[in-house]
Amino acid sequence: MINTTECAVDAQSLISISLRKIHNSRTQRGGIKLHKNLLVSYVLRNARQVYMNEKYAEIYRMQQYEEVMTVCNEIQELNPLDLAEDCEEQRGDCCGNGGVSEPASLCCALLPVSQLVAVQSAHMQPPSACSAPLSLQSDEVCKETEPSFYQSCCAEAYPVSNCEFSPVNNLHCNKTTVLDLDTHVVTTVENGYLHQDCCASLQQCCQGAQYSGKKRKVDFEYYISDIEEVPDFTPCKRAKFEDCSYANSEHLDTSNISNLISIFGSGFSGLVSRQADIEQALALNGQFCSKQALSSLGAMTRAIVAF
Amino acid sequence: MAGVAGGNDFQWCFSQVKGAIDEDVAEADIISTVEFNHSGELLATGDKGGRVVIFQHEQECKNRPNLRGEYNVYSTFQSHEPEFDYLKSLEIEEKINKIRWLPQQNSAHFLLSTNDKTIKLWKIGERDKRAEGYNLKDEDGRLRDPFRITSLRVPVLMPMDLMVEASPRRVFANAHTYHINSISVNSDHQTYLSADDLRINLWHLEITDRSFNIVDIKPANMEELTEVITAAECHPNQCNVFVYSSSKGTIRLCDMRTAALCDSHTKFFEEPEDPSSRSFFSEIISSISDVKFSHSGRYMMTRDYLSVKVWDLNMENRPVETYQVHEYLRSKLCSLYENDCIFDKFECCWNGSDSAIMTGSYNNFFRMFDRNTRKDITLEASRESSKPRATLKPRKVSTGGKRKKDEISVDSLDFNKKILHTAWHPKENVIAVAATNNLYIFQDKIN
Repeated sequence: MINTTECAVDAQSLISISLRKIHNSRTQRGGIKLHKNLLVSYVLRNARQVYMNEKYAEIYRMQQYEEVMTVCNEIQELNPLDLAEDCEEQRGDCCGNGGVSEPASLCCALLPVSQLVAVQSAHMQPPSACSAPLSLQSDEVCKETEPSFYQSCCAEAYPVSNCEFSPVNNLHCNKTTVLDLDTHVVTTVENGYLHQDCCASLQQCCQGAQYSGKKRKVDFEYYISDIEEVPDFTPCKRAKFEDCSYANSEHLDTSNISNLISIFGSGFSGLVSRQADIEQALALNGQFCSKQALSSLGAMTRAIVAF
Repeated sequence: MAGVAGGNDFQWCFSQVKGAIDEDVAEADIISTVEFNHSGELLATGDKGGRVVIFQHEQECKNRPNLRGEYNVYSTFQSHEPEFDYLKSLEIEEKINKIRWLPQQNSAHFLLSTNDKTIKLWKIGERDKRAEGYNLKDEDGRLRDPFRITSLRVPVLMPMDLMVEASPRRVFANAHTYHINSISVNSDHQTYLSADDLRINLWHLEITDRSFNIVDIKPANMEELTEVITAAECHPNQCNVFVYSSSKGTIRLCDMRTAALCDSHTKFFEEPEDPSSRSFFSEIISSISDVKFSHSGRYMMTRDYLSVKVWDLNMENRPVETYQVHEYLRSKLCSLYENDCIFDKFECCWNGSDSAIMTGSYNNFFRMFDRNTRKDITLEASRESSKPRATLKPRKVSTGGKRKKDEISVDSLDFNKKILHTAWHPKENVIAVAATNNLYIFQDKIN
């Protein structure tokens, strides 16, 4: 667990500082310094992990509270006299802790049921996609149809053409032109993975799609760290946000980093997309530091990066 | 050799300082590498402007036998120039990253100097005689009309003022895609290795048009890159062994006899990370910035951002000694990240007998650790304490609570004054410390 109390600078400002460093390195004399940018990407990953952990904890707490209230209200409608007291007493417990570990409370006992219902109403991806290790996921793409939740973890592969021509995705499916300094081969890397819109609209074309080895190790790491570090989270609850990573946790290598190519090429907008989603979900006020950093840097939807 | 910190016979005192005194430091004058040659007679520095300056140790003054001779400028030459790679649209800095001396085999001296992309072998030779009496040309160099020559004579060597010439003898180019961080001359005196972020090449000193790639950690998919090579060195007496350090804080020892490509190591040195000290910057501060074998070849030393570690080559799971250089900076990592100081690459060095190690810090402080007595000392390279033969006063950084007199608080440290490069004379207690654009030379007071 990263000790976040060591300094006053929070994860958000670290993210914006890191992005600025990577941006500035493009114009530094002597070319992009691979070592320094690699280290900066580690800080970026660490800061994002902490940031996402905090945000998920917040979302979970709020959502759990809302669910409990909803259930309690429903129960009250059925039998207001019998259950009102229980709900009043147990609500705090339910919302305060992980919830499902308190079966004594009627509200809490109903939680798993409600969650199960919610999960069942969502499309569950084929088990093969979830259980397969990350490195093997290619053709088996989940068929999630919950556009309001983050799904990119499942939809591994996008056909380049669909991504390119989709009107929704033109804004988000950034392409990076990468020059390999050794072979002088120029390749184009798609990194629209961080945007749910891109994923959702590609549901139909993702089936059976093949893409040569563009793995989104970034997102999986964050989820894994959530599992390891926040054991209170109920897997069912988490399924509403991302569905397939948890079963894979033991297969994934958390030492891999968010790769430099994606950072350079996404115009940095991809890195803050999820924050925007969460912001909407929570109706939070205030700017995210990274968004401010972005607006000052200018959008870079296509970049030529030499590695 | 006596202990480094106070004690009986050992007091470090100021000897000389080289470089401009101006507060306004030109970027090109910033010293980027310092290296004594094998005898200690010559001291070479490289700077960001691509220049190499070599100092020579003058013989002791007969009048003052207690004073060691001084180092004076012996030769200055432009080793590397800025270049532009048009194919990749990359500018190549002329900054000298490393200088390594070759063992002396004749009257001339040879050194390797490298920037990010190109290594050059320089010959530094003396000329104190000049041939006079040529047949085909006049004394001023003009060609004579052959038909006017009526007699032949043998040119005669006449003495002249000593001239030190530096000439490039070999240029080893186009072998590194990434930035070169290390060069190391092998103990066979015929080969040397050069390391960049992802690869290590083995060269023969006589052959410039090809080299052997002996380590390649570039992943097939660059998106899977997780670590880079940060330093490499040949073993001092086993010509088949070398080590390289990584940005993940690990060191790999490779034996070139096992395979042509040494991607799989013979030994793997790594200290397990303490999970309680995990922070946003754990990866950065564990990145190794320098690795140096001891002169004996039994040990090696690594420098990461906050500490120096001594490893026994026979034990891979942890270092045998760990010395904290400036632990008080651990709580300041956020600020150091913002101002980029956390990326500073400090070097370290052994003394001639491997009993002491030295490394730099901020505020022009440098630290020495005595491996036998476990004492350490912090000294400062400053103009204020630069009186001839003035003994250096130990410095101390107060880490909190009350600041004692003569102590300096962490917040008062000047992080622009950093000592990244130091060198210890191979035989005597003379040290060279590079402080931005100044080179300080200190020596022990002979009692």
